[in-house]
Amino acid sequence: MERFSTVFLVAGVVFFGFSVWVMAWLPITSLQGIPHTSLDVISEKVSPEFAQLAEMFPDSFKKYYPAGVTPASFEKALRRGRDTYVAEACWHCHSQFIRPVSNEAIRFGPVSQAGEYQNDLEFPHLFGTRRVGPDLIRENGVHTNDWHVAHFWNPQDVVPTSVMPRYPWFFDNANDPENATLNERGIAIITYVQWLGSWVKSYPATLYNLDAANGGV
Amino acid sequence: MAAQTLERPLVDEGIVKAFFAAGMLFFLVSLTGGFLFSLQFLQHYPFPNTEWLSPGRVRMVHTNMVAYGFLTNVFLGAMSWAIPRLTGRPLFFGRLTWVIFWVWQAILVLTVVGILTGHAQAIEWGETPTGFRPHSFNLADMNWAPVDLLVVVAFLLVSLHMYTPILKAREKSMYVSLWYFSAAFIWTALTYVMGNFFPEYFVPGAAGAAMTGLYIHDLVGLFVTPVGWGLMYYFVPLIIEKPIWSHGLSLIGFWALAFFYPLNGVHHFLWSPIPMYAQYGAVISTIAVEVVVTTVVVNFFATLIGSGQYLRDNLPIRWFYTGMIFYFTTCLQCAVHTTLTVQKIIHFTDWVVGHSHLVMFGVFGFWCLGIIVHLWPKLTGNAWYSERLNHWHFWLSAIGLFVMFWDLTIAGLIQGFLWQSLAPWEQSLIASMPYWAVRAVAGTAIVIAQFLFAFNMWMTARGAQPAYRPVAQPA
Repeated sequence: MERFSTVFLVAGVVFFGFSVWVMAWLPITSLQGIPHTSLDVISEKVSPEFAQLAEMFPDSFKKYYPAGVTPASFEKALRRGRDTYVAEACWHCHSQFIRPVSNEAIRFGPVSQAGEYQNDLEFPHLFGTRRVGPDLIRENGVHTNDWHVAHFWNPQDVVPTSVMPRYPWFFDNANDPENATLNERGIAIITYVQWLGSWVKSYPATLYNLDAANGGV
Repeated sequence: MAAQTLERPLVDEGIVKAFFAAGMLFFLVSLTGGFLFSLQFLQHYPFPNTEWLSPGRVRMVHTNMVAYGFLTNVFLGAMSWAIPRLTGRPLFFGRLTWVIFWVWQAILVLTVVGILTGHAQAIEWGETPTGFRPHSFNLADMNWAPVDLLVVVAFLLVSLHMYTPILKAREKSMYVSLWYFSAAFIWTALTYVMGNFFPEYFVPGAAGAAMTGLYIHDLVGLFVTPVGWGLMYYFVPLIIEKPIWSHGLSLIGFWALAFFYPLNGVHHFLWSPIPMYAQYGAVISTIAVEVVVTTVVVNFFATLIGSGQYLRDNLPIRWFYTGMIFYFTTCLQCAVHTTLTVQKIIHFTDWVVGHSHLVMFGVFGFWCLGIIVHLWPKLTGNAWYSERLNHWHFWLSAIGLFVMFWDLTIAGLIQGFLWQSLAPWEQSLIASMPYWAVRAVAGTAIVIAQFLFAFNMWMTARGAQPAYRPVAQPA
């Protein structure tokens, strides 16, 4: 029990291996049967939000997504949007899973299921462990593109009590608010956030409805 | 311990000093980041339009630099001091220590710059850039230095360096500290590889979440905790000059930690789409860990019986035992809030943020600071420039953390219940604002304390005349 070899092999290797088997390998095998969706398949169906962004910012779109409203552009925007979501650490203040407790299904929408996370945009998963802002896995359609543009420009313009940072670097000509337009990253992050939950058909309630029902801000 | 003629000194004191100084420097970087981030919560962030100082990025620098900048540097310094003394043999070879030192500092700088320029990895506590794109090892796609690979290389070098004296000593039964160190090096390397590469490239979604949960937890449980306890088992008996109370409890503490701690992983994602059996298992073993923790804490407090005056007279011992009280608190808290019932309310809230501050700063940070307070005069050959500043440092840190912990815990409960009540989301922000203000103030006290301490270290190293020395009476 006090020899190096025992400590190294039993505690260091065997116990660690056992924990990986129980805590990681078993869950992996349990979820193995769920089919994996590649990004190519995901981006076959170009989202209406992406198409609308192309109409809203035709010049930016031509510059950064010259292929137009196509699966290839959509794929590029999703990938770039997710990268931006990671680079800005959005996932440190927004979670991406709905729990079956604490009335979350009423507030956000259907409880998350493992199958929703078996795709190319989940390397690694973005579950998150803190909610300063609301969960985002059912964000699709909760807000309009216009709302997101204004919100990324300055969240407090839209939600006065918000503690979310500004993201002027999602805009070209950020120094000149009259002529500021979304840039590549701006289009991408809105496309990505609007994609989250787009595979779920219906919501019991949206954030917007709920706040209105409560006489909220 | 065989007698042996040494061609070089047993301990390279220069490297211990360098690790401590670097650790403190990165601690100040981390705290500055944490302080700035706390201002964002008060809607008064000073650099709202500077991309590389965006609050989200600064937050990652804060947490990463505490783990890899502060704790790891101080741990490496303290182990470079303790392991040769425990084994009677110097580390692998002299210059390697400096190679490790500079490789590690390069990793830290690349991490800070990488995170601030938008190359972070989406692994909690492993935001250290991978350099490669997710799900692709394509060299052409590389956008930053492969820092994660460098970290693995550094861990292997550290293992080679520090296992050598342990293996050379060939002792039939090692001292407790060495059990913890011997297990910690292999655990850390395995944990790091598992957490930083598998979810990023091979295991997506919920199963990947199980792995990152394991990673977050093992980083605390299999790296920081064993190294921290190993150092406590070394320094506490030395300072209070008597052996640890019970060898049996030491054995139970180590082996039970080794078995139960890594089984906690999934408790970071309870009520998630990860299979429920893994969640139940994690909850049960988390509660088991509380039993382990109690044996270790009882052992240390029993050791202190009859030596209570050290708490008053000896600053390092006060740091260590304050840390142990926080350790017991944080683990007890863990056994309660890991239950699925309590999780419903407190998960995703500031409760967890308070918990992690208590663990990383209140326990392991306090131990590291105590070790520096103890060793710095020996390393520099000078008495502390100011004992009084050291006491200010202790009390500002302890009170600041105590206030921050309770403030965030209460804020977490308020947030959790407001969310459950289906109040508009903004209500939880409005309700949190006063608590975030208190958090910023408590944090400021902690930041000021560490700057005072860094100043004190600097003046001591320079050999400045101790301040507040009684004025010599004219003859």
